[in-house]
Amino acid sequence: MSVLTPPRSAQSQPPSGRNAGRATGARENFSAWANLHRKWLFAAPAMIFVGVLIIFPLAWTLYLSLTDSQGSVRAATEFIGLENYLTVLSDVERFWPAVGRTLTFTGVALVCEVVLGMCIALLLWRPFRGEKWVRVAILLPLVATPVAVGMMWRLIFDPNIGFVNQLLGMVGIPPQPWLSGQDTALGTTIFMDVWQWTPMVVLILLAGLTSLSEEPDEAARMDGANAFQRFFFITLPLMMPTVIVAILLRGIDALKTFDILYATKGKGGGSFHEVETLNVYAYGLSFDYNQYGLSSAVLILFFMIIIGSMWLLTMRKKAVSK
Amino acid sequence: MTGLTKETEHTEHTELAGPLSATPARPGPAPRRRKPLGTRAYKVFRVAALVAVVLFLVAPLFWMLLASFKTNVDIYDTGKSFFFTPTGENYANVLQRNNYFVFIFNSFWVAFVSTVLSLVLGVPAAYAMSRFTMHRSALVVLMARVIPGVSLLVPWYYVFSNLKMVGGFEVLILSHMFVSLPLIVYIMMSYFDSLPLELEESAQVDGLTPIGAFRRITLPLSVAGMATAGILSFIFSWNNFMFALVLSGSKTKTLPVAIFDFVSYASIDWGGLMAAATVVTVPIMIIALFTQKYIVSGMTAGATKG
Repeated sequence: MSVLTPPRSAQSQPPSGRNAGRATGARENFSAWANLHRKWLFAAPAMIFVGVLIIFPLAWTLYLSLTDSQGSVRAATEFIGLENYLTVLSDVERFWPAVGRTLTFTGVALVCEVVLGMCIALLLWRPFRGEKWVRVAILLPLVATPVAVGMMWRLIFDPNIGFVNQLLGMVGIPPQPWLSGQDTALGTTIFMDVWQWTPMVVLILLAGLTSLSEEPDEAARMDGANAFQRFFFITLPLMMPTVIVAILLRGIDALKTFDILYATKGKGGGSFHEVETLNVYAYGLSFDYNQYGLSSAVLILFFMIIIGSMWLLTMRKKAVSK
Repeated sequence: MTGLTKETEHTEHTELAGPLSATPARPGPAPRRRKPLGTRAYKVFRVAALVAVVLFLVAPLFWMLLASFKTNVDIYDTGKSFFFTPTGENYANVLQRNNYFVFIFNSFWVAFVSTVLSLVLGVPAAYAMSRFTMHRSALVVLMARVIPGVSLLVPWYYVFSNLKMVGGFEVLILSHMFVSLPLIVYIMMSYFDSLPLELEESAQVDGLTPIGAFRRITLPLSVAGMATAGILSFIFSWNNFMFALVLSGSKTKTLPVAIFDFVSYASIDWGGLMAAATVVTVPIMIIALFTQKYIVSGMTAGATKG
């Protein structure tokens, strides 16, 4: 790297010298000003863009959640205080089951993805022949369009013509309803999520594993620890920060899962709301039923759940890193 | 790497995965160069496990591909799971009659423009945030990754429909930038963090202004990082469904929405649906194959730092 510097400096010297001689005062002033304030000059555009697109809508959502807005956002609304929140929080038909489904979906998917992901990452840890092909296979689900993935699983899990029931038939298990079953639908969508996102966990954990120093593992082996002990007492504790990052990144997205749920079960998470998570519920309230006030209240509560769980995980990570 | 180190690596991993392979625990004390008992069993297990993983990940996609070449009669015939006369009819239907070329273009255009604009905004921002450790400012941008998209859609929809912009490319691109920008800032920040400061410093000592050093030294060194961020942002934008579902019009419909509309008819045209799903996923997978290492480094950006 240091080899780069001498030629660079040789090139850059003359132009800057020329510039200084020729540049007008104003230009020089501007350049000096820009260099002095480059911190905010660089950062501000992106921050303003995100800020305008977030803070204003978020404030509006907060406002809407305190009104009885419905039908059209333009329609006259009345300020009704916390009534929407009371309605939502006392709603055991849709809201609380949706909270339960969101947490079940996220929790079960995360556990499966982290456990499976860790097993696969360990399998891939050391080099082997054909590694390239396995890595390609890992990448494919990750980049596939979630809506298309949802459609694909719809065919595969179809109770009558789906391949899964064909396979089950071969070993004598009666066909299952999968996505169309009231009790099986959520589990099936969790399976889809695991299929698509375990690879991401694998990649993150693999990056963590490769960055581990070999010495502690080596030392433990010298002391006669078996592979099992070395994994649970050496590798896993060292990997904890990475595992938590993986959980954090994947958890945020899992809580907000929308595409595969809407693509496979449609409005309201199916006719019995069997896969209706908070995100699907809020989307339905907003755009299928135009209940803006209520949906805003749901969204604010949802947002608080997300921030809360992130905060907990970050705290945990800090504790583990120490 | 010498043959010797390779050798030791192999023995290491064979032992490591002992618990997974369920082979009997090997005796503890380590002689210098032992051949663990489980080596052969473990090798077999490892290959079997890897094959299972690959099958699990690839088989569904393969099934989708197969079905896209079947007539609907063949799809309903479980005897013709693997042996059938392939037909290109589904693709002809999807591409011509349903105008998928338009949707392909829309998806591409939205993903491309939003990625380029996000790079223009995001790279300098990430640079400043990394070099001046602006953690709180970074948090503002990264908030966009956390917030549920639905909570932004109602106000956006209201404002943009008043501005008569819903159904235009501008709104779609803006909304997709909202996904791309935080991603790019996140990836580029961890990239800039890993670039040594000394290069810029010596460039400044040699007479470049700080911005000049950024432009002539740091940016050229960051091409790999920008490729990573750009490719991932393109993929995420191409795959985005919810924003386009609300904000796109008949002329700007993107592929994921087009596929979703496919099933709103009474009976599902499975062959056509699978052809449509293949049309969306294959381009992105081909891109992914050629840019594998960038995708991997982007997905794992910032994950291994304490």
